[in-house]
Amino acid sequence: MIKKGEWVLIHRNVLEPSQRAPQVPEDTKNVPLEMWLKGYLQEDANIGDEVTVLTRTKRIEKGTLLEVNPYYKHDFGTFVPELLQISDQVKEILFGGADNE
Amino acid sequence: MSKDMSYAGVMSRRPEIMKKAAGLDFSEFESGSIAFDYERMMREAGFTIEEIQKIQSEHGVGNTPIIELRNLTALARKLAPAGKGARIFIKDEASNASGSFKARRASTAVYQAWKLGYKGVVTATSGNYGAAVASQAAMYGLKCIVVQECYDSNGVGQPEIIEKARKCEALGAEVVQLSVGPELFYSFLTILEETGYFNASLYTPFAIAGVETLGYEIAMQFREKYGKDPDVVMCTNAGGGNLTGTARGLRKAGAESKVVAVSVDLSGLHMASDNQFNKKSFTTGHTGFGMPFTTWPDRSDVPRSAARPMRYMDKYVTVHEGEVFYMTEVLACLEGLEKGPAGNTALTAAFAMAQELDQDQMIVVQETEYTGAGKHVQPQLSFARKNGIEIIFGDPKDEVPGKNIILPSHPSMIKVNEADLNHMRKSLIKNALTNYNVTPNEADIAFLAEETNTDAEFVKGVIASL
Repeated sequence: MIKKGEWVLIHRNVLEPSQRAPQVPEDTKNVPLEMWLKGYLQEDANIGDEVTVLTRTKRIEKGTLLEVNPYYKHDFGTFVPELLQISDQVKEILFGGADNE
Repeated sequence: MSKDMSYAGVMSRRPEIMKKAAGLDFSEFESGSIAFDYERMMREAGFTIEEIQKIQSEHGVGNTPIIELRNLTALARKLAPAGKGARIFIKDEASNASGSFKARRASTAVYQAWKLGYKGVVTATSGNYGAAVASQAAMYGLKCIVVQECYDSNGVGQPEIIEKARKCEALGAEVVQLSVGPELFYSFLTILEETGYFNASLYTPFAIAGVETLGYEIAMQFREKYGKDPDVVMCTNAGGGNLTGTARGLRKAGAESKVVAVSVDLSGLHMASDNQFNKKSFTTGHTGFGMPFTTWPDRSDVPRSAARPMRYMDKYVTVHEGEVFYMTEVLACLEGLEKGPAGNTALTAAFAMAQELDQDQMIVVQETEYTGAGKHVQPQLSFARKNGIEIIFGDPKDEVPGKNIILPSHPSMIKVNEADLNHMRKSLIKNALTNYNVTPNEADIAFLAEETNTDAEFVKGVIASL
């Protein structure tokens, strides 16, 4: 049970596939327009429940409860060895590699 | 009776919602046909350079340093014919309050919202502008909502856009994240209608006037330090506001530097496609925005855009994704400057074009942007690889957007491709005629000549050929 007042992430479909704009390409038209939003939970609830939240600008929004205390998971990615190669190459051209060591 | 919240219903209320949220009646500047009084709009609705300098200097914006890239210049000279290889400089716009030149644009927009008494600001952007508006709104004590296109239908987010959401939230903004599609504008309108907040559009005269100081500062800083204006100013181009504001500022300073637009070539990728959303490694500064906005500026979120780049560009060149990533790494390892990749689009073209200019000439790249998790060459390349994009060394001219990223095997392979400006001018004229569906009068022809930086004869010739 997640308590009222907790900071949560919710999700809602804003437009169903049938409601999408006419100019949208086919692949996009086959899927809904989805929205993710954070706010303070307005009633005790469980993950997956339909809930109401109060956003940072004090708007009321409804959606499916996804996460409590949501946090960012983006990072610097996995190692890309090509970047070392680029660095070595331009230093070699400019400063002359072995002679410079 | 409750309001019609369907897509068509909300879009039909667009004019009234936008008028209430703009703090500006665009109809004052209309002629009733294709032409409108652009200069009067900029004069009456914008700000003077002195006013903007005051607003910006009090809010952590402007007076950013210009750094000479000596090692990069030396590398370019190694590859250039004898006597060639202009000095390359960069204006470190990442040192603005929010980490990019967009702070300039937000400073005037948010100031206007504050002056007119709005309680908050809303902006629709997946770019650095969101953080810029959030930063300025924090300083003025205004509420801020940023609406982003962020995820594909599998819920996979572009790392760079996720980082920008983080920064907006860190600065106190509410972030509404959406999946792919132009109906972002629908959601944006519903929020404007609900809140009554100010539309901090990127394209109002306020926002564009805010960028004029960038061009003005370049002229002043070069005169003070080097005794003359730079020969060429390179601008990364998407919606056209960066180039428009910078060029107008250069002109206000009396500088005659050539202005070059640069975009990353993403041809073949559809910007509204769910499948292709995470196949592109650049979220801005690319041809997917640059080309359509240059040939039809009034596709923006205001009735008349203040960003009209074709009036000001002397050249429009494109570079490849692999070349920009390569140059981002070079900027870090040769110059000690770690910056976000998208901002290095113009730098990549500057490196190639410097090799065609004389050694006593000066070429300045007019922006950098902040970097961090997600918004960096390493996560962008590893994300691309994870999405099945092939990353190889080779000749960048063989790059196919959405299929591969070709890092140049040698820096001598970094080249610009020049877009056909006359073809683009014709497109703009054709778009104007199609959108307004009128027989152009003399005022329209004079307007289109200004829009395309040509003359009445050119415009009449194009119209006759359609």
